[in-house]
Amino acid sequence: MIKATIHKTLRSAAGKMTLAIELDVKKGQFVTLYGPSGAGKTSTLRIIAGLLSPDKGSIMVNDSIWFDKERKINRIPQQRKIGYVFQDYALFPHMTVRKNLEFALDKKQDKAIVDELISIVELEELQDRKPETLSGGQQQRVALARALVQKPEVLLLDEPLSALDIRMRSKLQDYILKVHEKYHLTTILVSHDIGEIIKMSDVVYKLQDGGVEKVGKPMTVFASNQLSGKFQFVGEVIDITKEDVIYIVTVLIGQNVVKVVAQEQEIVNLAIGDKVIVASKAFNPVLQKIEV
Amino acid sequence: MIDWGPIILTAKLALVTTVILLIVSVPLAYWLAFSKSRMKPVIETLVSMPLVLPPTVLGFYLLMAFSPGNSFGAWLQEWFGLRLIFSFSGLVIGSMIYSLPFMVNPIQSGLSGLPSSLSEASYILGKSKLKTLFIVLLPNIKPSLLTGIVLAFAHTVGEFGVVLMIGGNIPEKTKVVSIAIYDEVEALNYAHANTYSMILFLITFIVLLSVYMINGGYLKKFWK
Repeated sequence: MIKATIHKTLRSAAGKMTLAIELDVKKGQFVTLYGPSGAGKTSTLRIIAGLLSPDKGSIMVNDSIWFDKERKINRIPQQRKIGYVFQDYALFPHMTVRKNLEFALDKKQDKAIVDELISIVELEELQDRKPETLSGGQQQRVALARALVQKPEVLLLDEPLSALDIRMRSKLQDYILKVHEKYHLTTILVSHDIGEIIKMSDVVYKLQDGGVEKVGKPMTVFASNQLSGKFQFVGEVIDITKEDVIYIVTVLIGQNVVKVVAQEQEIVNLAIGDKVIVASKAFNPVLQKIEV
Repeated sequence: MIDWGPIILTAKLALVTTVILLIVSVPLAYWLAFSKSRMKPVIETLVSMPLVLPPTVLGFYLLMAFSPGNSFGAWLQEWFGLRLIFSFSGLVIGSMIYSLPFMVNPIQSGLSGLPSSLSEASYILGKSKLKTLFIVLLPNIKPSLLTGIVLAFAHTVGEFGVVLMIGGNIPEKTKVVSIAIYDEVEALNYAHANTYSMILFLITFIVLLSVYMINGGYLKKFWK
């Protein structure tokens, strides 16, 4: 579906960096680009969208060439037929929710898709409001719906959920998965959140300093050695304290704080702020329904 | 009773100048806001020159250029039958150059102040640059457009040096209010000078006040 070889020298606040990336995305896959800030995630997305031109390389989508330096082909964004959700949503402030979606329509396209998308992302009540009166999560849904109006085959999401709180995030992840399935999209997401990546993606590209460090299924990429854990969660280390001969590591998993006992050799490479997998095997968890 | 000719002429001049200037300035401001050309600083300087240059300098060079005794002026007259000195069309061109930065600068800063993702989103949705400019960008810089229009209008109403240099003082053709005031004072007709001055004073006050009211959102508060 998408085969891309990208070379580009980028100048950022941190200095010069060379982006050298190969992507091979199959039709219908949900792919995530993960990595620290400045690793080249957003630039890669912008290059695929045609908002940034690589110095060398090629981009092929479904056997049509979007970019080829040697053959001097470079399709402008208007000719690439993609959906793109910006980090700041980029909703047009002077148009209502519905107008934002209608603006996206192709010249002779049927307007029915606008109603369909409004109902999928549940914006019926808000369709005559201007973007500035909506919450972050609502704006996000408008941006997602607008990106899908032209029925693109490729959906690019640039950290769309980073500004939202955990509950909102989880809800929007479900919306994204829903449209990914329904419209048979091939989706590329930029994300920092390991939990989100494991929940959503088939393949993750771990980027570091402009190159691909690891590619694979999220669980393989994020767990350094293969665990056969029955029970595992991703969390963030928020504290490490020493108690006699052992260490107590406090981990934030979702909104829950968990304390884990660790040996000295386990914490050598751990620092506060690290992402960890908390796993346990060979025990039988008990389920209990919470009455709300 | 004062002669209303200069006032009508001033209003006509300011109106014509502002309309043509708006049409010229939008593409120019767009280019200045988004171009990466090496010529950009030079063009930016030229556009802003009238801000600091004495109007008489501008008027003098325009007078030289438009004069039929000069090759450019002679060419204009021969090919287009245009005689730009001591005529209304000459005044319009002079005022346009004189008020250019007042129209271009607000539009340019409005455009470059918009997040780039707005136009990018529009391109990705398959819309051309022209459509993006008119349907996405310009509606979002209405305050800047209004500021540009009003400043250019008010500035043209108040101009003196350029008009005097290339327009002279021909009643009904080039005698605008600011020159009429000068005339009346020279003739020691202080009462008439005062009436003209008061009219200019009030027009400028009302025009600028309405810009600040609209851009500051004060009017919206009253309407709601």
